[in-house]
Amino acid sequence: MIRYILRRLAFFFGALIVASILIFTMIRVAGGNVAAVVLGKDASAEAIEALVVEYGLDRPLPVQYFDWIGGMLRGDLGQSFRTGESVAGLVVSRLPVSVPLALSGLLLAMLIALPLGIYAARNIGKPSGAAVALFSQIGIAVPVFWAGVLMSLLFGVKLGWLPTGGWIPWSVDPVAAIRSLVLPVVSLSVVLAAILSRYVRTAVLDVMNQDYVRTARAVGMTRTEALIQVGLRNAALPIVTVLGLQVAELIGGTVIIETVFSLPGLARMILANVAAREVIVVQSTVMLIIVFVMVLNLIVDLAYGFLDPRIRTAS
Amino acid sequence: MSEQAIDVRDLVVRAGGLRAVRGVSFAIPPGGRMGLVGESGSGKTLTALSLMGLLPAGLGATGRILHDGADLLTLSDRRFSNRRGRTLSMIFQDPLSALNPVQRVGEQIASVIRRHTGAGRQAAMAQVVDLAAQMKLPRPEEIVRAYPHQLSGGQQQRLMIAMALSCYPQLIIADEPTTALDVTVQREVLRLLSAAVDERGSALLMITHDLPVVAAMCETVAVMYGGTIVEIGPVAEVFRDPRHPYTRGLLDSQPDIDRIAPDGSSRLESIPGMVPPLHALPKGCAFRPRCAFATELCERMPPLEGGARKAACWHPVSGPRGAAP
Ligand SMILES: Nc1ncnc2c1ncn2[C@@H]1O[C@H](COP(=O)(O)OP(=O)(O)O)[C@@H](O)[C@H]1O
Ligand code: SF4
Ligand SMILES: [Mg+2]
Repeated sequence: MIRYILRRLAFFFGALIVASILIFTMIRVAGGNVAAVVLGKDASAEAIEALVVEYGLDRPLPVQYFDWIGGMLRGDLGQSFRTGESVAGLVVSRLPVSVPLALSGLLLAMLIALPLGIYAARNIGKPSGAAVALFSQIGIAVPVFWAGVLMSLLFGVKLGWLPTGGWIPWSVDPVAAIRSLVLPVVSLSVVLAAILSRYVRTAVLDVMNQDYVRTARAVGMTRTEALIQVGLRNAALPIVTVLGLQVAELIGGTVIIETVFSLPGLARMILANVAAREVIVVQSTVMLIIVFVMVLNLIVDLAYGFLDPRIRTAS
Repeated sequence: MSEQAIDVRDLVVRAGGLRAVRGVSFAIPPGGRMGLVGESGSGKTLTALSLMGLLPAGLGATGRILHDGADLLTLSDRRFSNRRGRTLSMIFQDPLSALNPVQRVGEQIASVIRRHTGAGRQAAMAQVVDLAAQMKLPRPEEIVRAYPHQLSGGQQQRLMIAMALSCYPQLIIADEPTTALDVTVQREVLRLLSAAVDERGSALLMITHDLPVVAAMCETVAVMYGGTIVEIGPVAEVFRDPRHPYTRGLLDSQPDIDRIAPDGSSRLESIPGMVPPLHALPKGCAFRPRCAFATELCERMPPLEGGARKAACWHPVSGPRGAAP
């Protein structure tokens, strides 16, 4: 297990370094002359020069890169060119929207996908199982964007039950905040659940055909007991792995859903700053999200090692 | 109903439109031991799984399987489950895949004991350690705490046997229990199985390719071919003086124990040809294409006839083996 953990950690840090280099070069190469864009057409050469020097944009790229990474490691994410606001402050101000959206989206997706996938596996070859499989297929084919628009049209515009967009902060009216999140969360989770339920179904089917489930039955478990007491514990391994892979999907979906429902979350903040050529803000925020995704993946990997005694007991 | 440990009557197993087991009947008295032999594909495993009610999805059994005062084929899954592991039990071929990889072996066995006897956690675990010791496992207290992958094949199978026998079943089915094991440990595992079955007074249905094992362990033997029993009777008589040409071929071609491939698929040298697949079974006697004695009569299915020993053949051979047919 120790070696497994060390390998995962080495991979984690290696991937972080590669990701940071990629983000930095892509944003800097695509960013053009940042100072000129930020200050606008009418800016004087002196003003541009001053901004360039102030932010050290004239230094060689490797120096800027290490400066940026060094700052990140100290918790300094840099600041906006225009307003001088700290990136950390900007990010934190958006978390109350994005974090509940992403986490409850994932949680609801799991709550839907697990029973659905198990049901589909147990009823394979029957109409009910086929219906569930069809739902998954449709869900996978529907982009998150469309799911959001359809939900918004049906429950927001036509039925008028819930807001179709916009945001009232938690501090102003928590109930309104939750109401603004319902449709976005449901749209996101329905699509994720469709994908996840397919994996759950496959994992359960695979496990239920294993010899050890037959053994469990041969010593007295009913089909359901064997599924619950032996099958699910084994099916958890592939499901956990897929969950890790779905985190990236989740972030992508969150970006789209924030846009569809005009939620002032992280994604909207990043897009606005991309348009404004705020390279430091974009670079640091994107890096933060990548770190978040990779930490989740690391946790998933470690959980996998812990769940599987074949890995846990390996010396 | 039936005083036998198991009484199988006209068992048929359908796979798709085909019959993989085609009317098998046999009985094993309490404490009796029957060997079930035959080449791969002859229907031994499906027969065994039918008795356990554990046929793969899509396969169905008909006929009667009398055991413990009931016809097992008529039981609900819940009532059948309550008998599995308690009154009848099964040992599978590959112990590594048959044990739950994510649970300690001791806990797996203990949960069977708790399920069927209502014993508490600690009492059950103490029984498991005793069972492990009976199965001659070294340091039983430690070994029951291992996960399957940490044990050797021989150790895994001994624990599998301990699990199957933990509740003193009336009938134990062993489906090629040593085929997947290292040759060096096969004899020891069989010896332990035999001793444990003896001690419990259980009946044994022993499926194997190894005719000497049947001769050593069993009182009766049934020879299967093409989904039917072609010969059945007391081991000593059948082996000394086989009536069915297939039985005779099997005995004449019995290879040394260490020449049987791990999957049991050794080609039999004195019987030409192969077991036909289900969809290409010939009309009448299934053995006809490979039989040196076949006549037109054999295009009709020969009935399994006789007294204590029966053979399904229109032209039974006679005279002890070695003599010219
Ligand atoms: N799950 C299944 N579906 C369809 N046919 C099967 C299945 N399992 C076994 N069979 C067929 O049934 C026949 C008997 O198989 P089996 O009982 O496993 O033979 P044995 O144990 O004697 O080697 C074989 O022809 C095999 O191909
Ligand atoms: S019935 Fe005919 S074909 Fe079949 S074993 Fe007997 S002699 Fe051979
Ligand atoms: Mg078999």
